[in-house]
Amino acid sequence: MNVLFQILFTISILTNGDIKVPNSGFQPGDKASDFDLKSVDGKNYSLASFKDAKGFIVVFTCNSCPFAVMYEDRIVELSKKYGKKGYQVIAINPNDPEVKPDDSYEKMKVRAKDKGFDFPYLFDDGQKVYPAYGATKTPHVFLLDKNHIVKYIGAIDDNAEDASQVEEKYLENAIAALDKGKEPVPAVTKAIGCSIKVKSK
Amino acid sequence: MKVFTAIISLVFILSASKAQTQVLPEYDTYDSLSAAVFRNNDTTYVINFWATWCAPCVKELPYFEAFNKKYKEQKFKVVLVSLDFKRQIKSHLLPFITKNKIASEVVIMNDKKYDTWLPKVDASWSGSIPATYLVQGDKKLFAEREFANLEELEDFIFSFSKYK
Repeated sequence: MNVLFQILFTISILTNGDIKVPNSGFQPGDKASDFDLKSVDGKNYSLASFKDAKGFIVVFTCNSCPFAVMYEDRIVELSKKYGKKGYQVIAINPNDPEVKPDDSYEKMKVRAKDKGFDFPYLFDDGQKVYPAYGATKTPHVFLLDKNHIVKYIGAIDDNAEDASQVEEKYLENAIAALDKGKEPVPAVTKAIGCSIKVKSK
Repeated sequence: MKVFTAIISLVFILSASKAQTQVLPEYDTYDSLSAAVFRNNDTTYVINFWATWCAPCVKELPYFEAFNKKYKEQKFKVVLVSLDFKRQIKSHLLPFITKNKIASEVVIMNDKKYDTWLPKVDASWSGSIPATYLVQGDKKLFAEREFANLEELEDFIFSFSKYK
């Protein structure tokens, strides 16, 4: 009976026109593609640049989004805490600076210096990387293992507005699971953020 | 003299309370918001998730205002759900509504545990705003997108609910 119900349920999902096709981009379990993007120090970086990394915290972020800004200090802290454990933070600005001048490469340099970023802050020039990953907003985090397999997608924690009121540190819990060779639960979280800025068609 | 002081302070209290008449409904959970906003009837609810800090949201807000003005007699109800930060409601949201003479209903969503309620709106919502959600009875349509003009918004809404 249970099986029959499940089959019917699956069919109803498959045939229901209201259900949208999942967003393109990576899901947990997928192998993330590499990139080769310029950082604020003028050098190019890719995942392959960090051969000894145990994992990667790839965070799509920017200068202009208030949600991204609220997480800047927390990203710096994460890099300090997990960098020495072998997890490399890589920040990527996916916005088109022609739409959002505050997200220009020059302004990224200023921001990285002011905030003391000790990790690459890459400019997604041509906006090819964020769609490949399926990033839709800033901030949007992708945790990868050393083989570039996506382990976690979503928010850093459950309170953007007030770091002191955080109840669940989704990303840190996911890293802890990864460190133990386990699958993070949850593997995906949802949070409000700023849409990625592209020129209108 | 005492009476005079009392009258003066009364005037102050009254004028202060008058300045504070702008009180928007606030909801701490999505369930309480949907219970308060949606009625199971033939009205199409046009729900726009926005915030004053969200530039594309602010840009498309006039189209929702125009839609509201044009169709409010036609069983369409526009509700602008503000996701503004709690500390910016007084400083940003309320002045914005006054300054721009927003006529559509505005409600404030205070549940910051996004992972618990965003999926209740739509499983596909990654969390970027603006996002627009149409509800009529049991029918729903969600879109994580912006609208470039009133026509685009009308096309989206009338693809869901015919204009009578």
